[in-house]
Amino acid sequence: MDDSLLVATRKGLFALKRRRAGWAAELIGFAGIAVTNALRVNGTVYAALKHGHFGAKLHRSDDGGNSWRELAAPAFPADAADAPTLFQIWSLDDGGRHHPDRLWIGAIPAGLFRSDDRGDSWQLISSLWNVPERARWFGGGYDAAGIHSVSPDPRDADRALVAISCGGVWETRDDGTSWAVLGKGLLAPYVPPEQAEDSAIQDPHRVARCAAAPDVMWMQHHAGIYRSTDAGAHWTRLSPPGDDFGFAVAAHPRDGATAWFVPAIKDEIRMPRDGALCVTRTRDGGKSWQVMREGLPQRDAYDLIYRHGLDVDETGERLAMGSTTGALWFSGDGGARWELVAAHLPPVYAVRFA
Amino acid sequence: MAEVHFTSHLRNLVPGGPFAAAGSTVGEALRNLLAAQPQVRDYVLDERGELRKHVCIFADGERLSRGAALRRNIGPDCKLYVMQALSGG
Repeated sequence: MDDSLLVATRKGLFALKRRRAGWAAELIGFAGIAVTNALRVNGTVYAALKHGHFGAKLHRSDDGGNSWRELAAPAFPADAADAPTLFQIWSLDDGGRHHPDRLWIGAIPAGLFRSDDRGDSWQLISSLWNVPERARWFGGGYDAAGIHSVSPDPRDADRALVAISCGGVWETRDDGTSWAVLGKGLLAPYVPPEQAEDSAIQDPHRVARCAAAPDVMWMQHHAGIYRSTDAGAHWTRLSPPGDDFGFAVAAHPRDGATAWFVPAIKDEIRMPRDGALCVTRTRDGGKSWQVMREGLPQRDAYDLIYRHGLDVDETGERLAMGSTTGALWFSGDGGARWELVAAHLPPVYAVRFA
Repeated sequence: MAEVHFTSHLRNLVPGGPFAAAGSTVGEALRNLLAAQPQVRDYVLDERGELRKHVCIFADGERLSRGAALRRNIGPDCKLYVMQALSGG
């Protein structure tokens, strides 16, 4: 079992390894540069950078981060509608078991980019960029809308789902040739009431799928927590105790009834209630919840966990999360108890078991 | 030929320098130089070929406004500095 973690932060990419003496953090690249996401696939590490001055970049390492090679970053073609420029690589995901050389990038502005050669070249998925509903998308937290979740269907090489803040949940069933907006049941209270059910303006903060039961998807929405049992077509709002605002969600890879969230006071505040951080978990599809605090700070904590800041490994037992204030926690028992791994990292953008 | 100096933040991509670049405008000189130094092109210009929002150019000591920088006419001995705008960091 590999306990090593990739941690993408505001000031570089870290690898954390579990040693006999405890956790060891190592800065493996890009000191001082924002690493907006990172991914390890078959031993290759990818890092998405956002230079404050010089734009968004992509790097690849085939030796665990000892040496890096810059790849061509995805770019919006000059003839793409509105011809935007890339602001940020937000999500970085593999292509799933059907597409071993494939990578997906979700960007701000909300372009979806695909590579079928391990990141050497990238294509904008223009079929999604050109949907007429894009005119109704808008930024959530950034000036422009962005894609933060890309989830290939492990059963079907041609199916994948993406989620957009703020532009709803979209699915392709023909390997990216066409797209349909999903999301019946989602409700947006931040638009006039007659538009609240518009699927194409929803703000899914993050969507996670159960690997073993791919029809089960969980969503931390801007306004509430939702679960779908039909691969995103219909969503049911769940009622955890306390706050149901947040950004991150982790889906148990084997058990479709289990997921984790990290609550915060809702949108105008975005801090843990009473300065006490907790993780909420359901193990029965949202009927009942455990609020887990052991090992997490219970006073003076203003940590927020971003969209990609919570991850679960393939066993469903090990979790890690990193916060906006640079704290990183690990749990080896499904979230019941947490251990502080590092207290003073730069702000954490993404945590990944690797 | 203009003499082009890069900010130290980019020097790992363009060691050595300053660089000589031909052109009668800032844009011409930069594009000629960046064609010869393609590894740094996307750090200075975006995918539309425009100056990045947080990169600024000084020509003979004058800080050029971003919108007009690439169109600025320059003399044969112009000293250009490609710097990071502090607004970006």
